[in-house]
Amino acid sequence: MFQPRSIQSSLSFRDKLFSLDYVLIVSILILGITSMFAMYSTDGGEFKYHTESHILRFFVFFFMFLILSFVQIRFWHDTSYLIYFAFLILLIGVKYFGLTSSGSQRWLNFYFMNLQPSELMKIGLILFLAKYYHRIPIESVNRLKFLFLPIFVLIFPVLLVVMQPDLGTSILIAAGGLVVAWLAGVRVKFFAYSILIFIALLPIAISFLKPYQKSRILTFLNPEKDPLGAGYQIIQSKIAIGSGGLFGKGFLNGSQSYLDYLPEKHTDFIFTLFSEEFGFAGSIFILLLYALIVSRIVRIGNMTRSNFGKLYCYSFATAFFIYVVVNMGMVLGLLPIVGSPLPIMSYGGSSMMAIMLGLGIAMSCKIYKDTPVN
Amino acid sequence: MFDTGSGNTVIKSKLISRRMFLLTISKAVVVVGVLGRLISLQINESSKYKTLSDKNRFREWKLAPERGVIKDYFNNEIASNKQVYQIHLIPENTQSIEEIFFRLKTILNISDKKIFSLKKKIAKQKPWEPIIISDNLNWSEFSRINLFLHELQGVEPIVSVARVYKDNSSAHVLGYVSQVSAKDLKNKKYLKEMSVPGMAVGKTGLERRLDEQIIGEVGFQRYEVNAFGKRIKQIKVDPGKAGRNFKTTLDLEVQKYVAEVLGDKAASVCVMDIYNGDIVSLVSSPSYDPNAFVHGVEQDYWNNLINNKRKPLTNKAVSGLYPPGSTIKTIVALSALENKIIRPLDTVRCKGKIELFGEKFHCWKKKGHGIMNMRNGIKRSCDVYFYEVARRLGVDRLSETAKKFGLGKKVLQDFFEERSGVVPNTTWKKKYIGQNWYLGETLHSGIGQGYFQSTPIQLCLMTAQIANGGFEIKPRILFDKTKNNLKDYLKFKNENPGEPLPTDLLVSNFDLKPLFKNQENIKIIKDAMYSSSNEPGGTSYRSRLEDKRFTFAGKTGSSQIRKFTEAQREAEVKQEQLKYENRDHALFIAFAPVSDPKYAISVIVEHGGTGSKAAAPIAKKVIKKVLERHSLRQSINNLPGDSI
Repeated sequence: MFQPRSIQSSLSFRDKLFSLDYVLIVSILILGITSMFAMYSTDGGEFKYHTESHILRFFVFFFMFLILSFVQIRFWHDTSYLIYFAFLILLIGVKYFGLTSSGSQRWLNFYFMNLQPSELMKIGLILFLAKYYHRIPIESVNRLKFLFLPIFVLIFPVLLVVMQPDLGTSILIAAGGLVVAWLAGVRVKFFAYSILIFIALLPIAISFLKPYQKSRILTFLNPEKDPLGAGYQIIQSKIAIGSGGLFGKGFLNGSQSYLDYLPEKHTDFIFTLFSEEFGFAGSIFILLLYALIVSRIVRIGNMTRSNFGKLYCYSFATAFFIYVVVNMGMVLGLLPIVGSPLPIMSYGGSSMMAIMLGLGIAMSCKIYKDTPVN
Repeated sequence: MFDTGSGNTVIKSKLISRRMFLLTISKAVVVVGVLGRLISLQINESSKYKTLSDKNRFREWKLAPERGVIKDYFNNEIASNKQVYQIHLIPENTQSIEEIFFRLKTILNISDKKIFSLKKKIAKQKPWEPIIISDNLNWSEFSRINLFLHELQGVEPIVSVARVYKDNSSAHVLGYVSQVSAKDLKNKKYLKEMSVPGMAVGKTGLERRLDEQIIGEVGFQRYEVNAFGKRIKQIKVDPGKAGRNFKTTLDLEVQKYVAEVLGDKAASVCVMDIYNGDIVSLVSSPSYDPNAFVHGVEQDYWNNLINNKRKPLTNKAVSGLYPPGSTIKTIVALSALENKIIRPLDTVRCKGKIELFGEKFHCWKKKGHGIMNMRNGIKRSCDVYFYEVARRLGVDRLSETAKKFGLGKKVLQDFFEERSGVVPNTTWKKKYIGQNWYLGETLHSGIGQGYFQSTPIQLCLMTAQIANGGFEIKPRILFDKTKNNLKDYLKFKNENPGEPLPTDLLVSNFDLKPLFKNQENIKIIKDAMYSSSNEPGGTSYRSRLEDKRFTFAGKTGSSQIRKFTEAQREAEVKQEQLKYENRDHALFIAFAPVSDPKYAISVIVEHGGTGSKAAAPIAKKVIKKVLERHSLRQSINNLPGDSI
């Protein structure tokens, strides 16, 4: 299984360097720099803790992304189950050793950072399922016995995350897994069945929800009902975005965030802040950058010859798209407030790490696009 | 099983690409949705959200405006403003409310009860809204607070203005101000936009009537605040606008003098200019200290006021209802003359009482007055004469004349506490009592008893309209410089004595409304009133003023509280011998000076006994005072037609 392949050594470092997707790299860099300005604004126009630590994290993980790009695609293929299980163990570890903050237990304390394994699991699950569907023959995809393992590897981490409790991340993890299954050719009827089962189980699931999660969903349905309570975030976010107008209030002039009306402005609502200060033009700019990043990853998927690479790139691109859209939908008042960071823009080391890891794997698919994985 | 032949791989790769294509299409749809939302929020509805954002951003603290000043006719301030020292507390700026109150208690004199109510108030309002801990500190307390200010986070010493009343004589006319109550907010629309802590509103009297204009416009300080309410920077300050000042027709000097003359009697005096209706004096007694209400009245003082049987809080001059008693005889006589029921020299014999259907109607003089004509009837206030006149006149014609001369309806629009009284007639009784009118009641009405109810100011207006020759005037308490038609007319007449223009023509040319059918009748009544005050045998002869400049013509009256029993009548019980509550109210109406009438007066002393003993002596003093000040009053405001 670990036999050396001649084709691997046929790529020189120069070749690898040339085959990097520079458009993608530059887009990420621009997005990163933009996010630094946004973060600087959340700190009230000063270099404070959030800004400094965000800049540091971005560059550290950006560097990590570049390094990871050169790791062979075969390595990712061969170790993907291992990676999944490693993340799963971390996730189980959270349950026993995790740090609790504002009512939920999500973090593991390492010396250099507080790691949120659920973020990493977003990538881990995609990696696992990409390999799984790469390996089973196409005729077997829709056979029942081949459905059990994917369902299990999807449900187990999702349940762990739901119990933290972290509804947002668990939904995003599940979304990533479902996208792989869809791309691999699982029939529509299976999705339909699982939706039916899900709906049937929903009342039971709701009974397990914490009161604040229930109120968030109710609030989404009618935010004006309780403007100072649970609906506050949605209303204030809409006010901030709407009051930005066409060109915004100007850098560092976002009164909604400057005067602390915006909740969670470093993390989930960073787009709101940016949109308030730079208006519709700024929103479009961010939207275009994300569109470019997603389309570049899809393009890598198109170029990659292995199905593992294709499955991974398409799934990751789609998952990345979902992260962005869920976050924006949330701050625009289109979706309920479930904690979900905006990739790269939001403050948060684990999310940054997971995204950069995902991008690194995608980039390695680009460099080793012609390399078979097994 | 894990056979991955190249054919299989290609099929799989095609499947993946096909499914990815479907995903891409759905992504595009989602992107369009997000884009649409952005356009709707940031372009279409942007202005709405900009407003909402500003609403968030700015918070205003309102500033209480300075209340307008109320002056008397001579521009003396009778209700003004003074500087007061206050301390306010902004709850959200304190570290601990408990601690602050504990500290304040050691520095100031605050009761636990007050602290309890303050805490309750704090719990109800927004944490950034200031609450007034104490609104009227003396200087030493205020300086002590300032000394300890560094330890009192959240406490703000404020120098503000508050209402102050110079003396108590005009307390009822002016009314008083006090803190806004929930009821005020509900009833007074103009207060809706002005909820400012510590703002006082008019509760009674002119303060209440003029409140909307005198209260001023609320100012504000606009701050940019953060989500926690902390003031970030000041954006704008508008100091507001002080309320409008008002000038009244009152003479503070006279007010004070009248209050002094009345002492603590339950009484009221009303003095009116008979040509333009200016109210020179309107005093109700006993009075109270309106300043006691400005900063919240103390329980003891309040209890004293409401338990006092002489009712110091009531403005008796406009809301005290009394049977007019014999003062109505002027109107009864006038009505009889106007309706040609009786001629002035027709006589009636008074034997001290008459009997009608078995009921006895007594004259106040047990022995009787003998043969009476109209002049003597009024002069000596013979009841039997007026029983006979009233019997012939009938109550309906009497009530018509009484209403014409101002009884039975409100005189001023300025007092919500003013009452309209009753002028009874047959339809009134049918409507309000539901019974038919009896002739005996006509006789009682003829001497101002029975259902008759009038206020002192109505009696004063009635007297004034007789005194000016029978023309309608509109009494006023707020100074009005506009031309007065009646004065013009009289001035014209004075300047052209030789011109025999018919009264009708003059009246129509000068837009005057006469209340008489024949002006001669008015002259007869005035002459009879003269005799009552200035000829021996007249009821108020003892209180006459002989100096021609002050000579007045009047009519006494006493209104019965309870009917005399036969036993009391036989024993000739004097009013002084009765219990205070059972004594008659004493009334007196007059105009002066007789030669050229200028003012009318009405005096009422509750349970004073008889008009001649209790009310006329007061009128005598007041008339002198008012006439002494007449030329000063004329010179002060340069009114047109002042020469008459």
